[in-house]
Amino acid sequence: MQTNELSSLYGDAGSAVQPGASGVTAELTYLGAILEAQKEEMERDPNVILIGEDIALYSASGVLGKLDPKRTWNAPISELGFSGMAIGAAITGLRPIVDLTIASFVYLASDQIINQAAKLRFMTGGQVRVPVVFRMSMWHNGANAAQHSDRPYPMFMNIPGLKIIAPATPADMKGMLKSAIRDDDPVIVFEDNDLWSRKEQVATDPDFLVPLGKAAIRREGSDVTIVSIAGCLLHALPAAEQLAQQGISAEVIDVRSLVPLDRQTILASVGKTGRLVVVDYANRTASAASEIAAIVAEEAFDTLKAPIRRVTTPDVHIPFSPRMERPLYPNKDEIVAAATGIMN
Amino acid sequence: MSLQAEQRREAYRRMLSIRRFEEALPKRIAAGEIPGAVHSSVGQEAALVGACMALRDDDWITGTHRSHGHPIAKGARLAPLMAELMGRATGVCKGRGGSMHLADASVGIIGESAIVGGGIPLATGAGLSAVVRGTDQVSLAFFGDGASNQGALHECLNMAAVWKLPVIFFCENNLYAATTPMLTTHAQPDIAKRAAGYAIPGVIVDGQRLDEVHAATLAAVERARRGEGPSLIEAKTYRFDEHAIGVFMPSHYRAAEEVARYRSELDPLVLYRARLLQAGHDEAELAAIEDAVASDVTEAVEFARKSPHPEPASVYENMYSNPIGYPA
Repeated sequence: MQTNELSSLYGDAGSAVQPGASGVTAELTYLGAILEAQKEEMERDPNVILIGEDIALYSASGVLGKLDPKRTWNAPISELGFSGMAIGAAITGLRPIVDLTIASFVYLASDQIINQAAKLRFMTGGQVRVPVVFRMSMWHNGANAAQHSDRPYPMFMNIPGLKIIAPATPADMKGMLKSAIRDDDPVIVFEDNDLWSRKEQVATDPDFLVPLGKAAIRREGSDVTIVSIAGCLLHALPAAEQLAQQGISAEVIDVRSLVPLDRQTILASVGKTGRLVVVDYANRTASAASEIAAIVAEEAFDTLKAPIRRVTTPDVHIPFSPRMERPLYPNKDEIVAAATGIMN
Repeated sequence: MSLQAEQRREAYRRMLSIRRFEEALPKRIAAGEIPGAVHSSVGQEAALVGACMALRDDDWITGTHRSHGHPIAKGARLAPLMAELMGRATGVCKGRGGSMHLADASVGIIGESAIVGGGIPLATGAGLSAVVRGTDQVSLAFFGDGASNQGALHECLNMAAVWKLPVIFFCENNLYAATTPMLTTHAQPDIAKRAAGYAIPGVIVDGQRLDEVHAATLAAVERARRGEGPSLIEAKTYRFDEHAIGVFMPSHYRAAEEVARYRSELDPLVLYRARLLQAGHDEAELAAIEDAVASDVTEAVEFARKSPHPEPASVYENMYSNPIGYPA
């Protein structure tokens, strides 16, 4: 966990700079962090390949440097097929990165991800390993309507055998994507397009890694714990700032990794504050927030001073109209209202 | 090139091993030693072994829910397979796979998928892996007539063809998907003709005759190793037993006369044994193989029955490569 300041990303509310061994950093956007993590890992390990739709552009624009053309596979629109191929390639020695582009497209590939990638290590009694990364961007809040705007991480949390991350900062995106590529299990990376243009200083050390399974405390506090998932941090930190002005000290935890979930950090925080608000872009029913709320209710009920609150997207499809879409997602005011509502 | 004498003996040994392995199961099922549904490969041995005899030990295959024949055809030891069927800790998948998932990685099997068509993308990806790693390995996907209607096959045929991947798409067309006749579900009953849609070779072979299957597969393997891309092979074969033992299913979907005709006239073991005698192998030689296979199966059953059951608490092993605090 870290509580370093980074004003360029989240104002004075704080974020993380995690310099590598050299201590050298450079400014990087969230989107740039994705590309740089892939490039560094592909340069480091000849077994890392990239497969997905429209990725030839990456090579053509020089983002991936002068790599062997066999390292990038510009696929036809066959998500099930190329996702399964990546799994087969992973089992036979490669470390494929599958770019599924928009998160709603993962449903087409879900059979291979769930029935093969997640299960094969187990079903073969450990005879095979499946080191594959599935990347997808949650394209919400962009007037793309219901078939391009899903935030489907909770349904994959219900599949044992997968690791699932949702980084919220450029440094975490770079460090966690690199960790995911080096991991021997299938990892799904949920990227948040609300964060693409965000910038911060990120370590240039090619071995700069952020471990999977560790939450980050983005702001320390003593009255209420706000657990934030992915881009919800954009609202959780300003909410904490406003709460501070009202005399309420909020601790903000960025979960970063949904599976494994850092239960200890969350439980320790709630043990200190006695109050919990979970902020989640997913639809409310069986959301990640629901699981986190259940864990705290089961494990730390005796420390709670007030009911747990979830701030989520309601159980409705994402409409095209920005006027209708924008209010559906968690925002600063809702988080402030949820926190103040459980203070007395 | 046709099989040499030693390879012919090995092919016969593998075919017979599948047959005797499957024949040993009903008694063990009746004794309550094999739980779950069991899908027999009897009748399809020539297709399985003919294909695998064209592969090297380091080539990859994927299989299906009818999974017993694939590892045996690729040369696997019988005992860990039998132990797996009995759900034992010594099973090839440590009791986590069972009858539909006898994947033995030691002989190059990277998955036996009970999701119909599910192994096809894995095999295609193994072919891609060989290209990236610069080896001359090939990959062969076994699938049935039922799987030929899955999108996965068509997506992968296309990608393998576009990228010239060293993959052999091998259809065991046994004419029925569970109880559904393939003629009622395939607008074009010759599955191999679909290869034309992807500009690759498509070959139909008599799946009851090992030499035919082997020759066609070897041609496809050699083409793949030359970097010329994938092939689609359709072996017309037949399942002698019902879809699954241990699952109640109606049996009137195919005529008893049809089953009887295949059993009496098109038994791949009878056909191959005659072929071996014709090729100059003598009775004593074949009897020695038959005795050896019989004792292999007996030993496999004994090994499995003596093996310990897995500890229930060990179920969490092999969920992840590194401990993640699981279960929560």
